[in-house]
Amino acid sequence: MVETGPLQALRSFKYVAFMNEELRNLSLSGHVGFDSLPDQLVNKSTSQGFCFNILCVGETGIGKSTLMDTLFNTKFESDPATHNEPGVRLKARSYELQESNVRLKLTIVDTVGFGDQINKDDSYRPIVEYIDAQFEAYLQEELKIRRSLFSYHDSRVHACLYFIAPTGHSLKSLDLVTMKKLDSKVNIIPIIAKADTIAKNELHKFKSKIMSELVSNGVQIYQFPTDEETVAEINATMSVHLPFAVVGSTEEVKIGNKMAKARQYPWGVVQVENENHCDFVKLREMLIRVNMEDLREQTHTRHYELYRRCKLEEMGFKDTDPDSKPFSLQETYEAKRNEFLGELQKKEEEMRQMFVMRVKEKEAELKEAEKELHEKFDLLKRTHQEEKKKVEDKKKELEEEVSNFQKKKAAAQLLQSQTQQAGAQQTKKDKDKKNASFT
Amino acid sequence: MSKGLPETRTDAAMSELVPEPRPKPAVPMKPVSINSNLLGYIGIDTIIEQMRKKTMKTGFDFNIMVVGQSGLGKSTLVNTLFKSQVSRKASSWNREEKIPKTVEIKAIGHVIEEGGVKMKLTVIDTPGFGDQINNENCWEPIEKYINEQYEKFLKEEVNIARKKRIPDTRVHCCLYFISPTGHSLRPLDLEFMKHLSKVVNIIPVIAKADTMTLEEKSEFKQRVRKELEVNGIEFYPQKEFDEDLEDKTENDKIRQESMPFAVVGSDKEYQVNGKRVLGRKTPWGIIEVENLNHCEFALLRDFVIRTHLQDLKEVTHNIHYETYRAKRLNDNGGLPP
Repeated sequence: MVETGPLQALRSFKYVAFMNEELRNLSLSGHVGFDSLPDQLVNKSTSQGFCFNILCVGETGIGKSTLMDTLFNTKFESDPATHNEPGVRLKARSYELQESNVRLKLTIVDTVGFGDQINKDDSYRPIVEYIDAQFEAYLQEELKIRRSLFSYHDSRVHACLYFIAPTGHSLKSLDLVTMKKLDSKVNIIPIIAKADTIAKNELHKFKSKIMSELVSNGVQIYQFPTDEETVAEINATMSVHLPFAVVGSTEEVKIGNKMAKARQYPWGVVQVENENHCDFVKLREMLIRVNMEDLREQTHTRHYELYRRCKLEEMGFKDTDPDSKPFSLQETYEAKRNEFLGELQKKEEEMRQMFVMRVKEKEAELKEAEKELHEKFDLLKRTHQEEKKKVEDKKKELEEEVSNFQKKKAAAQLLQSQTQQAGAQQTKKDKDKKNASFT
Repeated sequence: MSKGLPETRTDAAMSELVPEPRPKPAVPMKPVSINSNLLGYIGIDTIIEQMRKKTMKTGFDFNIMVVGQSGLGKSTLVNTLFKSQVSRKASSWNREEKIPKTVEIKAIGHVIEEGGVKMKLTVIDTPGFGDQINNENCWEPIEKYINEQYEKFLKEEVNIARKKRIPDTRVHCCLYFISPTGHSLRPLDLEFMKHLSKVVNIIPVIAKADTMTLEEKSEFKQRVRKELEVNGIEFYPQKEFDEDLEDKTENDKIRQESMPFAVVGSDKEYQVNGKRVLGRKTPWGIIEVENLNHCEFALLRDFVIRTHLQDLKEVTHNIHYETYRAKRLNDNGGLPP
């Protein structure tokens, strides 16, 4: 940047920079126009589209897919899972939804087979691994030298809906263990599924039991933000109803003179969007219409930062004190690069060895095949020889027969000609005798 | 608060998702494209409102740098732009103060609020630029300052325990003041813009445009544009960063017709046709600053503040800063900050 040389030394500009510490508050004497800034920002985001990723954790058959269908007014195609899954696996599906000029890239992650195994010790593990993997992918992108964060498709989980079975008693131990493992990694919103199986008075007791269990076990669920006045009130009122008791349905039933989403029973109709019947409307309000952006922000500024911090510390990076600041950047990246190169080399070695092994195996296989082929060829040759000999023998036989036949034929012909001659001579003799008798 | 109208149908359409290549997924994900119709209002579009509220709460940062020889009206223009005494004018300096012997960089921060939107505005002045007899390399302190801000940001970003919001001191916009000679650009102008257009968004501005007639103005602008093109100087908005056709047509119009903006600045008000307007009073008339017939100040203001402010910040963050970062990390610290 600055070419240092003898000539330059004569003309070195003294570099003086000054910045005021305290900011001055200014009053404007007219309309400047930067109040359009939020609009400018929002317009940019709108053209890019938004990402939102929901993770649904709950037992098979508890109603996760139905609830998603109900929340987003669509039929996300999927076959219901069986109960025979050997372990928990995560199935992610992405969709693009559009409403007015807003494009949303929605990803719904399902936990297939959760709660079905006999031994559920490791049930939480695939879920944690999935969440970490998304953080890892983002971290990798962030650490790249040439990166494109602004066009990165964010796959980090923004909200985790935890489906609690409507037993009416308390949380299952699986629920507590899983939620405890997830609470520092993702925003957990607990909900009671299939809430139409619980009566109102039991529901109230159930909810308080669940909340007190969560508190006593130190599970940190997502707190609806109350710092901004416009949403503080509604968030506060809604928090009281946690966990939301929801009912999902994509079937429509005629109620009065309108069609509404509901479940029809012989004894009545449970309306999904009726707040007296269940908390579905509250869930939708909180999850989508009020706090979607906050969920995304919390994921990025809290959960992701925590993951990043732990991961970097694990890799051996440290924030150095101001004295050695010039080194930290270079060293850390040099260290990371060396580590990365080392890993690459190791992988290369492994691959090479595997390749060599594979080649050997293939060679052996081929040799085997070759031997087999040779044998086959030999066998074929032999059979061929045998057949040939047989044919030749037969030929000889045939030739013999033919020659015999020829001989016989010749002999017969000879005999015939002899008899003919004899006959002819006899007739001649007879003729001569006849002629002689005439004279 | 939510709109409270769940029943109203908005334009809703489903589009097929093209499976994107995902970076190293732990569980292999296959994005399924589905094609169905939304049956009713979900409320996704409320995210715009949510976002807006959040940004209003956090506020914005904007750092603008003014570069040009002294006496071109830089401070006046900045004051006019932000309708307040943002910069102390050089003419109000003490008579004894001489022109600085070096290029100084003075950054003054202010907090202004309008319509519920809070902005932390920092104006970076560069007194001494181009004022010496020998002005060789006088852009270097400026380039150094700009890179220093990138370095500061990078250091914060690389920290393990990072701040929630990294303070942004990077220069988002650099107004370069061109002297209204009427002929062409000076070598100093070309050199400066050549060097700095690669690290920062430069908006060239023709200062004291009230010294030119309309014909002179348009000829001068054309010549300046041509010279910039011939020298390969890409000023903001840069052609290569146009995102879509809409942007391109809009920006093309600005690039080829309006820029560089010929401006006049003033912080004095006069009575014209019964209205109080900002202007310059001369024996032959009052030059109205915000009158588009008189000068292009209003265009500059709308361009920088009302339509492209966010874009200026984004180009700085996504492109100039990323270029600096990539270079810095690639060279493995070869260049001292």
